[in-house]
Amino acid sequence: MTDSFPSAASVPAREWAVEMIGIRKVFPGIVANDNVTLRVKEREIHAILGENGAGKSTLMSVLFGLYSPDAGSIRVHGKEVRIRDPNDATARGIGMVHQHFKLVRPYTVSENIILGKEPRNFLGEVDFRAADRRIAELSDRYGLAVDPRARVESISVGMQQRAEILKILYRNADILIFDEPTAVLTPQEVDELMTILVRLRDEGKTVILITHKLREIKAVAERCTVLRRGRLVETVDVASTDESRLAEMMVGRAVDFNVAKKEGSFGDVVLSIRDIDVRASRGHLGVRRLSLDVRAGEILGIAGVDGNGQTELIEAITGLRPVEKGSIFMDGRDITRASIRSRARAGMGHVPEDRHRHGLVLDFRLDENLALRTFDRPPILRSRFFLDFKAMAERARALIAEYDIRSGSGPATKAKSMSGGNQQKAIIAREIDLSPRLLVVAQPTRGLDVGAIENIHRRIVAERDKGRAILLVSFELDEVLALCDRIAAISKGEIVGIVEARGVDERVIGAMMAGRSQTAGETAERPS
Amino acid sequence: MMHSLLDMVPSILMMVAPILIAALGGLVSERSGVVNIALEGLMGIGAFSAATVHVLLEKSTDMSVWIALAVAMAAGLVISSIHALASVSLNADQVISGTGINLLATGGTVFLCEIIFHQERTEPFELGMMPGPGGVYPTAYIAIAVLLIVWYLLYRRPWGFRLRACGEHPQAAASAGIDVKRTRWIAVLISGALAGLAGASLVLTETIQYTMYTINGAGFIALAAVSFGRWTPKGVGGASLLFGSAVALAIYMVNITVLRFLPPEFFSILPYVITLVTLVVFSGKDYAPAAAGQPFEKGGS
Amino acid sequence: MSEVSTAKGPRGGKALLDAFIGSNGALSVFVVLLGFACGTLIIMAVGRNPDGMYLALLQTLTGYNATSHVWNSRYVGEWLTASMPLILSGMSMGFAARTGLFNIGAEGQYIVGLTAAQFVALFFPPLVGLHWILAVAAGGLAAAFWGGFVGWLRAKYAVSEVVATIMLNYIAFFLSRYLTRLIPDANTYRTPSFPETALIPRGFLDELTNHSRLSVGIFVVLACVFIYWLVLERTKLGFELRATGLNRNAALYAGISVTRSFTTSMAIAGAFAGIAGAIVALGSFSYGRVLGGYDNYGFNGIAVALVGNSRAGGTLVSGLLFGMLASAQPLMQSRQIPKEITWIISGLVVVFVSLRAGFRLLVEWRAKVAAARGQASTGGDDA
Repeated sequence: MTDSFPSAASVPAREWAVEMIGIRKVFPGIVANDNVTLRVKEREIHAILGENGAGKSTLMSVLFGLYSPDAGSIRVHGKEVRIRDPNDATARGIGMVHQHFKLVRPYTVSENIILGKEPRNFLGEVDFRAADRRIAELSDRYGLAVDPRARVESISVGMQQRAEILKILYRNADILIFDEPTAVLTPQEVDELMTILVRLRDEGKTVILITHKLREIKAVAERCTVLRRGRLVETVDVASTDESRLAEMMVGRAVDFNVAKKEGSFGDVVLSIRDIDVRASRGHLGVRRLSLDVRAGEILGIAGVDGNGQTELIEAITGLRPVEKGSIFMDGRDITRASIRSRARAGMGHVPEDRHRHGLVLDFRLDENLALRTFDRPPILRSRFFLDFKAMAERARALIAEYDIRSGSGPATKAKSMSGGNQQKAIIAREIDLSPRLLVVAQPTRGLDVGAIENIHRRIVAERDKGRAILLVSFELDEVLALCDRIAAISKGEIVGIVEARGVDERVIGAMMAGRSQTAGETAERPS
Repeated sequence: MMHSLLDMVPSILMMVAPILIAALGGLVSERSGVVNIALEGLMGIGAFSAATVHVLLEKSTDMSVWIALAVAMAAGLVISSIHALASVSLNADQVISGTGINLLATGGTVFLCEIIFHQERTEPFELGMMPGPGGVYPTAYIAIAVLLIVWYLLYRRPWGFRLRACGEHPQAAASAGIDVKRTRWIAVLISGALAGLAGASLVLTETIQYTMYTINGAGFIALAAVSFGRWTPKGVGGASLLFGSAVALAIYMVNITVLRFLPPEFFSILPYVITLVTLVVFSGKDYAPAAAGQPFEKGGS
Repeated sequence: MSEVSTAKGPRGGKALLDAFIGSNGALSVFVVLLGFACGTLIIMAVGRNPDGMYLALLQTLTGYNATSHVWNSRYVGEWLTASMPLILSGMSMGFAARTGLFNIGAEGQYIVGLTAAQFVALFFPPLVGLHWILAVAAGGLAAAFWGGFVGWLRAKYAVSEVVATIMLNYIAFFLSRYLTRLIPDANTYRTPSFPETALIPRGFLDELTNHSRLSVGIFVVLACVFIYWLVLERTKLGFELRATGLNRNAALYAGISVTRSFTTSMAIAGAFAGIAGAIVALGSFSYGRVLGGYDNYGFNGIAVALVGNSRAGGTLVSGLLFGMLASAQPLMQSRQIPKEITWIISGLVVVFVSLRAGFRLLVEWRAKVAAARGQASTGGDDA
């Protein structure tokens, strides 16, 4: 606890919990924060809104001591401070719940929470029992349900997040920063989190919420600071600002979230999945008895929260993972045991969810990456053993022109020096170049800014209009709703329901994602 | 037969002790996230230091063996700081820097032998370490003590608790305020000291001088013991016992008449074959500390 | 093939530093020079005259004895002879490294190749011209299995190739001793002499290098260097292996079989080392050896590959460099420099090279940031 912090009840007027004044943070070549001023009131829920790359995470990293600002000052509870590292920040009562959880998987919840600030017994050893007790106390006080003895690797994402929150409460944080907390939650868990945020605020905490989800801002935040390209746009009162105005401030121009999509004309079934079981890496069944059809000219979306079997499903379809039971057909041919190459030859394109891990060889050149699927065939394969690098470069040039892939040195550019958006364009170009009957697309716009997102959405719809069958997996419900013709909700490895996208109620899908299939008259229950 | 097997126990313990001590060093290092391939070279440095110190001090003091052990630990610690500097501070490839130290150690120790003794080996000492009651060398007790200490430190003390976090998820440890680089540095230094001690134990109990062939793969066997032992002190203890027994068996099998028809090379390759087979049969990289081998870089959220 | 950083602009010293760090060649040279500098310091520290080392090296490279002012091309021949197995061992490790594997089993693969070549030399019909070629080929083939086995173990059972190859090094050594001693009329250190046809011919090189041990094996080595480059940079297999080495996941996604890549790569890597063993066995000796110790070419090959950055040209030059160090050893001894200094220099070079990874990360990060800077100033790239 800071020495000068009065209890919540006795503060007469609302003062500033945090003031970041004129913050400037520069990395080589990028000005991440350019003269940004942020003021957060005591016991306020304050949102920071901006696209990817706007500088919100950097700003909060400065507050949390992960970076030191090149210029500007910080005041906490009215006192000017210099925050040198996370330990300093913690000592001043600032805590951060990161987007990517920083939890040691084999450790229990309580071990994770006490790490770095362990209760000791008289011998100086770690007192694990005392830790469990303290965690239980905190959990009750703030309504954060966790099992202190459970190992992190076996608990739900929602509980992991609660553990992260408890981590900072255990260190007596009264200023809590949440970095994109809802990216990994189901709609229900998002509601739960919103409730938790309000409860924290009522218990006297100050909450800073970094997000790009306009709906959440409208739900719980009082004021919102909008950042764009490293600069402050404005700090507004949330209640009196509507979503489209917020979006406009975030992007700098009017944004139309609807993708123009004409009426679909659907052809034959291209991909047919029949009752497949797929085993996940950990040994359990990641996908069970799943059946699905995708027709030519349609975009079928799989909506669900990360970790419900989407990865295993895609791997099974594309051949990266074996199918234990059931079959997969493409254009009537059984491809269940076909190799990845033969699936590509049969007309299956795949835009993987992690472009750096699966999509590209970052140390290869752009033309080599563009040839990753076609190098084993003429014209790039010249004779039995040799490759025709001229043909490779030529094909690359054609694709670069057609898809407007911005690259420093053309086909010879190293993939790792390209921006995320252009990398993604390259991957999509490569897959479409296969003239696929089916495109399996996973998380196509992860980490991209709005401009790139629009571009890729338009491309996906264009391919659909050409008659390709497209299977889209995305954790962003908005994306699924905007692009798809039909939507299948996946939960715990099973398809809970398939609905027409046109006119569907988002809450219906949310409920399906949480595992409850909609039948008429069913009322909502609290999930366990 | 039974009688001779029981007779073998002190010999088995003699072989196991250096492997166990080195493996425990490797364990501490890997649990913190640093793969220490240089155990072999560091053992060589320890063996060389101990042999040299002991042979020089032998005549002057009764304590020369113990002084030699201490010097060996210090030497291992100092040389391992090169590996720590390279892989922890400078984010070098841990396998490469470890291999470099192995090469350096082999060359450096023989080089110093030339300078000090004018030959490619140390002068043989008269008496190495003396065995205690039952023919069991003190190194066996030292090894057990190290095992218990390492276990206690890793699982009961806050320092060990944090160290294990550094090996699993260094970003999580860093965000909890733990200095990951410093923790790893200390872990590598400990592994260097233990490897030096292990090499010293080996040369003072099993042979009479240090040569280029003294260690002969024991450091790598220790490394294999770490992964076969699933990165726990108990497992490493069991694995070292197994591998040490194989080495002992190789030497003493010649005495068992039944097997005398087998060529000597058969026994020589036995420990290596057993190590290889156990690695294959018990391959389980899921047990390794998740961040072992990866350099730690500070980042944002 | 050096990669130059994309940083442009006359920022003088900074740009120069960037270019230097980005160029693998320059870094390698720097690292080697640093190793020599440290070696020199060490020699001085133990009270010897470092001139001895440099004079020995000069004599090795050129044949010129600066003290007696005599030219003798035999030293040059010996230098090249010593370089051959080092270049091949370097390629052995380098080839595997391009696939993402750390092959320190070149020593064992070398021994396997050596042993197989010795057997073929003694037991195959003595056909002129063909005999030694078959023996060398057999050496490569046998070692290919020894290496490929490790690759397969790694792919199928996730067994660390580092530990597996080391175990196999020892196993190869003892197996070689056992098998070679089985040969009729072999004693504890040698076999009967090879037939003339099994020895690698010296031909015109004999005259040229004043009766050094240099054989036409040097052309085999050069051919291998060419094959190394050709396979990796021009073939479909090489493309797959490089992709696997740079990003195993993306290679999988592209349909490349990791099992096949690892096994093939280790097999080819093993073959290079095996050919080295065969060339030494049949080029420098006239009888089979029951190995009493390690020739250490395999171990030194590690340093060769690292300095050569696993590229064909780099490994060739690097092998020549370390060959120079090795063949200068007797000359050094005669000038009061303990020959192990070459080992120390090798070790230091390897440690310094490991730091290159750190430099590399720095370079990449700057390149990425420069690209981002370029986009930020043009106001976005994706609209």
